[in-house]
Amino acid sequence: MRSLRDAYGDALLELGEEFPKVWVVDVDVGRSCKTGAFQEAWPERYVNVGIAEQNAAGLAAGLAAVGITPFVTTYAAFGSMRMCEQIRQSICYPRLNVKIMCSHGGLTPANDGATHQCVEDLGIMRTLPGMTVVAPGDYFAAKKLVRAAAVYEGPVYMRFTRDPIPFVYDSGETFTIGKGKVLREGDQAAIIAAGDVLSQAKAAAEALAAKGVRICLVDMHTIKPLDTALLEQIMSVCGNIVTVEDHNIINGLGSAVAEQAAEHGGCRVRRIGVQDRFGESGPYPALLEDNGITVDHIIESVEALLRR
Amino acid sequence: MERTVSELQQKAMELRRCALWMIYAAQSGHPGGSLSAADIVAALYFRELRLRPEEPQWPERDRFVLSKGHVCPIQYAALLLRGFLSPEEKGTLRKKGSRLQGHPDMKRTPGIDISTGSLGQGVSCAVGMALGLRRQGSRVRVFCLAGDGECNEGQVWEAVETAVKYRLSNFILFVDQNGLQNDGPCEEIMPPQSLAEKFRSFGCRTYEIDGHAMEEILAVLDAAQDSDVPVAVVAHTVKGKGVSFMEHAVKWHGTAPNEEEFRLAMTELERGAVR
Repeated sequence: MRSLRDAYGDALLELGEEFPKVWVVDVDVGRSCKTGAFQEAWPERYVNVGIAEQNAAGLAAGLAAVGITPFVTTYAAFGSMRMCEQIRQSICYPRLNVKIMCSHGGLTPANDGATHQCVEDLGIMRTLPGMTVVAPGDYFAAKKLVRAAAVYEGPVYMRFTRDPIPFVYDSGETFTIGKGKVLREGDQAAIIAAGDVLSQAKAAAEALAAKGVRICLVDMHTIKPLDTALLEQIMSVCGNIVTVEDHNIINGLGSAVAEQAAEHGGCRVRRIGVQDRFGESGPYPALLEDNGITVDHIIESVEALLRR
Repeated sequence: MERTVSELQQKAMELRRCALWMIYAAQSGHPGGSLSAADIVAALYFRELRLRPEEPQWPERDRFVLSKGHVCPIQYAALLLRGFLSPEEKGTLRKKGSRLQGHPDMKRTPGIDISTGSLGQGVSCAVGMALGLRRQGSRVRVFCLAGDGECNEGQVWEAVETAVKYRLSNFILFVDQNGLQNDGPCEEIMPPQSLAEKFRSFGCRTYEIDGHAMEEILAVLDAAQDSDVPVAVVAHTVKGKGVSFMEHAVKWHGTAPNEEEFRLAMTELERGAVR
């Protein structure tokens, strides 16, 4: 188990060495977002503007306009909402090469409660023209995708978890932004997951496979641009799809998949995610359970689809 | 570029006529703030900024950020007269497919260093540019023009305190204090108190000038050269300056003149040019 914010900090340190144009812009949550090692190694490429997210986004646009690749680092709630309009106007509209890197996505800052949890970010960000939206599923995926973001031209929003989550991959796995990963092939039903709940989706897929279900499992780490080619392929063989995300069921991964399924026709989709409500303080598994984001519920949802 | 005060004053009037012509042709745009900013824009584009019109992306160019992006006709006029844009583009402001969008667009328009339009944001962008350039060893300067109404935005002050924190002496902010904003006088909508005192207390080297007195604009640009902190210039101006019926009138914040008003305005601006 390791948190994705740790992956971010570790990846940054490697990137700093390799990419001299990578800078970090902090908003007084650098300690929580693991930028400390980068700051220590490259103080000349580190900026902390204090608790002023809107200014951070605008300043990053200015840095990008003079050839720098800034990694703006904050919590998902503030990165997707407090600086939303600045991201739209100053970053996405001119398509500047700014990365919005957010810890504390989903329900994972569990003890902090609803104000610091964020179940809206993927939806808000995917609505912005020109934005790329990524939610890695474990520590190794996050490390690789942070690196991918550094070489990817254009704005990227990436979401990390605060709390440790299980490993799904090993360190040798490769990732490409915009390409979903098929972790298990199957033609009866597909589980499509993004972000920190990938491990639950994987456990559910394994349990279903043990029961003889030919189950497909996809890590759709990039919500936008959605890997429509892969989905097309899956939808043409599987008529049953369950999506899993630690995000509001409105406008996140489930919505994105459902949109394509509706256009494709002939597919049934069930969305597992946060039930359009705010979280609260409490243990992370309990918060997930409140919303039915559990291994058992994923299994039940797939079986219910197969019974129809 | 060495030019006399009177040549720069002529340029400012030429910019005013060109901007008003564009707004009239578009039947849309913001004449009041374009006219109030004309003298500052003329001083920057015809004397201060190091630019290469034939090479708009020249890395060593001074940057100019029009944070009050709605007055872009006055900047487009300067870009036209400096040769960044071709003369036939003059009639394309706000037209479909035009490079001259309703607000500045860095991806479409040569000579635009950053896209602006949503107020407050350009100041942050300018500070980011100044910081990035400075730390990369460049001596390039970043000039930013904001409005007084725009200073309602908290982001302006977040940006200024950042410029001061990093001692960005290559950041020069002009505030076009014309005293009027969209809904009425600034004093009524959100009293600014003393903008100069605010900038001073934030740690900027701060000047207050008459934003239509070319000698004062040039003097402040010269004086800013040796600053070791960010420079703020509060320029007291008249909204609609140069057209009698547009001066001090909220109505002309975002209204295009009709034919009769346009003819009258151009006559006055011609007369003003030979004062």
